Amino acid sequence: MHALAARRAAARPPGCNETMTEPPQAHKTKRGPRAAASLFRLGATYLGLIIVDAFALYLIYAFASDGIWELAITIGVITLMVNIINLRADLYALRWIAPALSLMILLVVFPIAYTVYVSFTNYGDGNLLTKTQVLKLLGPQTYLPEGGKVYRWNLYQNASGEFALWLTDEDAGGAYYFATLHNFEPVTTVAAGADLPGEYQGYRQLSRGESLKAVNAAQAMAFGGESFKIGIAGRREAGEFAKRYQFLSEQDAVLDNKSGALFRANYATGQFENDEGGTLFTGFISAIGLENYQSFIDRDDIRGPLARIFAWTIAFSLASVFTTFALGLFFALLLQNKRIPFKRAFRTLLIIPWPIPGLISVAIWRGMLNSNLGVVSNIIRSFGLEPPPFFIDAGWAKLAIILVNLWLGYPYFMLVCSGALAAIPRDMYEAAEVDGANWWQKFRDLTLPMLLVAVGPLLIASFTYNFNNFIIIEAFNQGGPPMVEAGTVPAGHTDILISYAFRLAFGGGRGSDFGLASAITIIIFLMVAGVTLAQYRLTKGWEETSENV
Amino acid sequence: MSERHVIKHKRYSAAQNAQLLVQLIILVVAVIFAIFPVIWVVSASLNPSQSMVTQSVIPPLPETRTVFAEGAGTLLRIASPAGRRVERSAELILLVEIDGVEKELRSPKNGYVRNIRLEVGESFAADEALYDISSSYLINFDILLSTPRRPFLRWLFNSLAVASITAVLVVLISAFSAYSFSRFRFSGRRHLLVLILLVQVFPNLLAMVAIFLMLQQIGNHIPFFGLNTNGGLILVYVGGGMGINIWLMKGFFDSVPRDIDESALVDGANHWQTYWLLIFPLVRPVLVVVGILSFVGSYNEFVLARILLRDKDSWTLMVGLWSYVSASFALDWGVFAAGAIIGALPCLVIYLGLQDQIVGGLTQGAVKG
Repeated sequence: MHALAARRAAARPPGCNETMTEPPQAHKTKRGPRAAASLFRLGATYLGLIIVDAFALYLIYAFASDGIWELAITIGVITLMVNIINLRADLYALRWIAPALSLMILLVVFPIAYTVYVSFTNYGDGNLLTKTQVLKLLGPQTYLPEGGKVYRWNLYQNASGEFALWLTDEDAGGAYYFATLHNFEPVTTVAAGADLPGEYQGYRQLSRGESLKAVNAAQAMAFGGESFKIGIAGRREAGEFAKRYQFLSEQDAVLDNKSGALFRANYATGQFENDEGGTLFTGFISAIGLENYQSFIDRDDIRGPLARIFAWTIAFSLASVFTTFALGLFFALLLQNKRIPFKRAFRTLLIIPWPIPGLISVAIWRGMLNSNLGVVSNIIRSFGLEPPPFFIDAGWAKLAIILVNLWLGYPYFMLVCSGALAAIPRDMYEAAEVDGANWWQKFRDLTLPMLLVAVGPLLIASFTYNFNNFIIIEAFNQGGPPMVEAGTVPAGHTDILISYAFRLAFGGGRGSDFGLASAITIIIFLMVAGVTLAQYRLTKGWEETSENV
Repeated sequence: MSERHVIKHKRYSAAQNAQLLVQLIILVVAVIFAIFPVIWVVSASLNPSQSMVTQSVIPPLPETRTVFAEGAGTLLRIASPAGRRVERSAELILLVEIDGVEKELRSPKNGYVRNIRLEVGESFAADEALYDISSSYLINFDILLSTPRRPFLRWLFNSLAVASITAVLVVLISAFSAYSFSRFRFSGRRHLLVLILLVQVFPNLLAMVAIFLMLQQIGNHIPFFGLNTNGGLILVYVGGGMGINIWLMKGFFDSVPRDIDESALVDGANHWQTYWLLIFPLVRPVLVVVGILSFVGSYNEFVLARILLRDKDSWTLMVGLWSYVSASFALDWGVFAAGAIIGALPCLVIYLGLQDQIVGGLTQGAVKG
């Protein structure tokens, strides 16, 4: 079947429309109102493309000038694809797919590829910007050089609170200048050496006391407009600002004009470093090779926790799949008995946990299991027992999570199993009964195998879903209780891989380590890919897939 | 049929009846397990005491009680009017002078102040009645909806808007693709289909770091789709929810006979017209299922929303409810319960109302978290 389909596909010329009697490009050749309509459509296509292209070009330029080449290239590829598809008549069929394809490339394919890239970099706190962005940030930085031109300053302020400086150039015989935030000009209306006016161009001179209060705010400002910057340098002196940093591209280094030190780009650390080992205030994103992956083995505060988290992730997923499937199947079997009254009501009530948003369900359970005040603890206490420490002890926390996940997950399998059970032919059971099989034999040799054929793929899908079941871990106890040996790297006993990666990337406290977090998600990618591949091998899913196509 | 039923009925042995009884008992226990948390949260939402400590399955009846002074003094000022809706952050405050010291008396947070027994400037004796306060089943909902610090209605609106727009876009865009995959034969079609399925194996939750960083960069140039915007969140949801739905819809499109659109094409309609006028109405059932599933999916989504939305006003409902859980949960339990009920209601109604369609869609398309 498969081979036949392939041969049929090969026999067709590329781009050929197999079934359509009238290929779309044929419209264009017709005359009359049809031709006008199609001309209009063609015009609309071009106009649309021009708008899309203009927008895309702006984005590509913007990202490229930030040094974010990967995003610029991705958008470029998508734009190119959209243009080709829309301009070539033989790709008409793809025009319908182009929107979905563009979105998937931008939001699924690119993020996966970008995750791989980030896992090989030092992206994280201290290294959040690309080198280009860091240089852009350094560009406007200024300082007041020693030995530059010095003025004496007085502070003025206008009605909207803006400051201005009255500058006296004592070297030039007390010539006056006036510098607002926007421009700098010599004062012509007041003679040199004359008293300062109380008001000038809408600015009011501040008294000594007012000046002292405002000086801190004013000191941070650069006066004089874009080209010529002047600022307060001391109690009485103001001076011209100079550009502080200079990028020397042939040496790939930044020269600090203030100290004269040369900061060379060090790609192993993602920092600009001088000879004494000092660095600039911010590093840049740099490819650091396998360092993130090596830290899985090298770093004591990651190796131990990671191994335990990995083991728990698999245990949690397996336990969740097994318990939810078993309980769901059990209820489905119970509901099979035709004599049970109010069956529809039972079924609906048992489904209740399913439609409730996961976060809400988990939060409710978190409240109910609260060791001091929760209702479950109170019930246990009313029997004279001590309620288990669900949030303090690692073992109890794990048990509680599996229990809560059981509550969340069984209705799905109950529904699926009900459907699958109904599809098993009755006469097979009758035949088994004739052969004298008891209920256990019927279940083991008939029901379960038949069921697993239908539900098997869903079990595997459920495994991969639980493998990444972030919500339950995060909403129940944020991965707690914390692991002691994890040190400053946040990790908890009930953390699964995805929540651990989340904590490394967005965990607050210790800061963000996007590189390490991405390296961990790569492990998850590999696991999910492996499971999926194994599933397809087992079920020969590839062939089924191609046949359905 | 009925005859067989009667015959069967006669054959029930005592053992079979005992078995039925056991099964019924198990089912009742199961139902209690299933709905106990729901009952508990409903009762918590109706219980005027917001804290977890004093919860009971049946909330206490609303009652009015009188609050007495704890010493003789004078009433100086009434800081918020009695009788009006009293929200927690602006409860009644009485400014009084007791033993020559000015003091603020705050009303309890779990009731409405009904009437103040004193006029401003009036003196009161120790143990004199100050005002009446009555509890109400709905006070948690009242607090929930009227606390500016936690704009619940805003979150609900955001969630509904994000989920609806996502659902509509996902349906439209993936239906276009499904139409093409179902109706055209072009080179690379098969590979493209398999590729889409493969890519979809990885939920975009896994690439959360990359998505966060990407939206950050995009936001520098197109603020509408940046971090902290519902636009960006919709973009991420739409992009992530495409693949599996294209497959689901394509299967359904295939079941619509080709003769229908072929005859339309022969009659001179173009593909655009054929799609909208003929195919679209016929495939509406599957579009509804896909729309509902992606509505519910994005309404419930929490992780990406939490990562991408930092500002309180842009939060979705789940992120907002999470803020209760992560803060002083035990103290806000009643208010959280009220929020949980309102938050769960849309999905509950949709699922229980459309059980059969959704189950059908689910078993076709396997699980999609």
